[in-house]
Amino acid sequence: MKEFDDVVIDIKKLSFSRGDRLIYDEVDIKVPRGKITAIMGPSGTGKTTLLRLIGGQLKPDSGSILVDDDNIPELGRSDLFNVRERMGMLFQSGALFTDISVFENVAFPIRVHTDLSEDMIRDVVFMKLQAVGLRGAHDLMPSELSGGMARRVALARAISLDPDIVMYDEPFTGQDPIAMGVLVNLIRELNASLEHTSIIVSHDIQETLGIADYIYIIADSKVIASGTPEELSKVESEQVKQFMHGLPDGPVPFHFPADDIVSDLMGGQQ
Amino acid sequence: MRMRILEISVGAFIVAGALALVGLALNVSGLNVSNSDQTYTVYARFENIGGLTPRAKVTMSGVAIGEVNEIILDKDELMARVEMNIYGDVDFLSIDSSASILTAGLLGEQYIGISVGAEDDSLKDGDYIEDTQSALVLEELIGKFLFNEVSE
Amino acid sequence: MINQLARLGHKGLSKLAAFGRAGMILFQSLVAAPQPLIMFPLLVKQIYFVGVLSLIIIVVSGLFIGMVLGLQGYTILVDYGSEQAVGQMVALSLVRELAPVVTALLFAGRAGSALTAEIGLMKATEQLSSLEMIGVDPLRRIIAPRFWAGFICLPILAAIFALVGIYGGALVSIDWLGIYEGSFWANMQNSVDFYDDVVNGLIKAVAFGFVVTWIAVFQGYDCIPTSEGISQATTKTVVYSSLAVLGLDFILTAVMFGEL
Ligand SMILES: Nc1ncnc2c1ncn2[C@@H]1O[C@H](COP(=O)(O)OP(=O)(O)O)[C@@H](O)[C@H]1O
Ligand SMILES: [Mg+2]
Repeated sequence: MKEFDDVVIDIKKLSFSRGDRLIYDEVDIKVPRGKITAIMGPSGTGKTTLLRLIGGQLKPDSGSILVDDDNIPELGRSDLFNVRERMGMLFQSGALFTDISVFENVAFPIRVHTDLSEDMIRDVVFMKLQAVGLRGAHDLMPSELSGGMARRVALARAISLDPDIVMYDEPFTGQDPIAMGVLVNLIRELNASLEHTSIIVSHDIQETLGIADYIYIIADSKVIASGTPEELSKVESEQVKQFMHGLPDGPVPFHFPADDIVSDLMGGQQ
Repeated sequence: MRMRILEISVGAFIVAGALALVGLALNVSGLNVSNSDQTYTVYARFENIGGLTPRAKVTMSGVAIGEVNEIILDKDELMARVEMNIYGDVDFLSIDSSASILTAGLLGEQYIGISVGAEDDSLKDGDYIEDTQSALVLEELIGKFLFNEVSE
Repeated sequence: MINQLARLGHKGLSKLAAFGRAGMILFQSLVAAPQPLIMFPLLVKQIYFVGVLSLIIIVVSGLFIGMVLGLQGYTILVDYGSEQAVGQMVALSLVRELAPVVTALLFAGRAGSALTAEIGLMKATEQLSSLEMIGVDPLRRIIAPRFWAGFICLPILAAIFALVGIYGGALVSIDWLGIYEGSFWANMQNSVDFYDDVVNGLIKAVAFGFVVTWIAVFQGYDCIPTSEGISQATTKTVVYSSLAVLGLDFILTAVMFGEL
């Protein structure tokens, strides 16, 4: 694995399981500061789980997750609270609070973490909404937004406290091509202008390859490949190739493990 | 503005709950604050209390003047001792008053009826009513009736 | 056989674990570090959703149940020539039993299921996780106000139910069946005791409010965050809280009115 000059998140020997199922098996991941890092892999491999581990919502079975010098799994409530102030997360479903307006959604983290006056909150919220192009929608309710708009509002909320780290969970899934293009540009521009670190979790290969500086591919509880987009396109491994080119069958089988079809079909007659 | 309507309706809701409670207290249970506030206790011994229970009414001329508080068996006298709480404003029961256990209707609940005597002194807290009449027990009554029939 | 036993044990353990989680939710949302200032506006909002919006169904049901009690009581009591006691019968059955129990059952169906679905949906749409990532404990922000609201609203609704029901019974008995108004109320007032009947009835309502809201909130918070999981959790809320209310009612009645 490549050594970066400046690492924000350093995950070492991380293991995590759900019930009997091992989701991560001694995984090492380093996230470089100020860059866009993508975590890719088939659905259900545990990409969302990884973001939750970084956010401290789940505790690993073993291993450490260092965010700068804080080891997330060992933090107490109030330390965790402080670290989370430095993180913004864009959830897969947007996760806007449905009972308050767009404005209040974006203002929410500011109200929780700061004592700013109402005027200043207003200014910050309008700036963030302007950045995602939705200042005009500030008094709409979340139910009145289209899917793409909802995700942009959620993005405005995620960056409302100017976090050092922004995590995007499947930002492109379920978006129409135009909204997808808007989001790709937004993520790239925000990352450049606000100088934060971005982590994108995705299985949309083309869009992710387009903006990521560094990519980890996860499968079978392990990192199976990592590198810049150019490096990954040259990797010879069948498994990586299958994923990168979206081939229907290969080392990741199309068929769920099953008995021989003939014996299953004959089974009824015996 | 939406928030205000919401707050007002919640306020109205809570007031309605409080009013319902007051209605239940005054209209339905006939709670009378002045009565139950101050009571004094008198006792009476009965041969047989029949089906009298705590909380039964104590009446005079059919008007409620208190209620039965406790019924125990008096070991010395081998009789039932009934403790009654009489409302404080009923302070004119003469010391020779009599207490009888009566039944409301043929099968109704039992209560205590007090009739006042002629003495000038009134019963005070802790006094005993000496003149008592026990409950009519239906079986005994029928027994007597049958016995009289046979013996005639 | 051994397998079945093992499965039974497994099931028992997971039920026990669910109880444990429910207890933890109860503790963390109610006991640990309450924040009254933040809570108050949220609480007002929840009382609106849980209480005010349940008012109509409570008033209508109370009225009809009181009227039915008046009719039924009259037809039974008239055989014994004691139809004057209909007021007493209507009031006692409402205040002691029907108001708290029926209100709790209606509440479970109207407000409890809505609470479960709402919280379940918040979980499915990652709103709860999102709160957590922002640094707000969803138990305190989302669960606690809903809990208190249910707790406060059920006794209020039950008192309103009882009073409306009694007036419904009075309407039928006095205006339609011609019971003398004075004896209707006098009989009732003589037999209903404020502390033994009204207060005990309200204590029941408080207990039911606690149990129903606890179940509703827990089922929502603990549900599997898919549409199927939410619909299952909603069903469970209604079934479990109805059973819990009826069972608890027996126990409370035995303690309050029984000769124990
Ligand atoms: N709350 C949960 N309880 C049990 N299993 C879960 C839970 N959340 C996710 N999982 C399982 O963990 C695995 C990883 O989930 P997730 O991180 O959401 O995958 P991804 O985001 O890569 O699609 C999935 O197989 C999923 O079924
Ligand atoms: Mg996911």
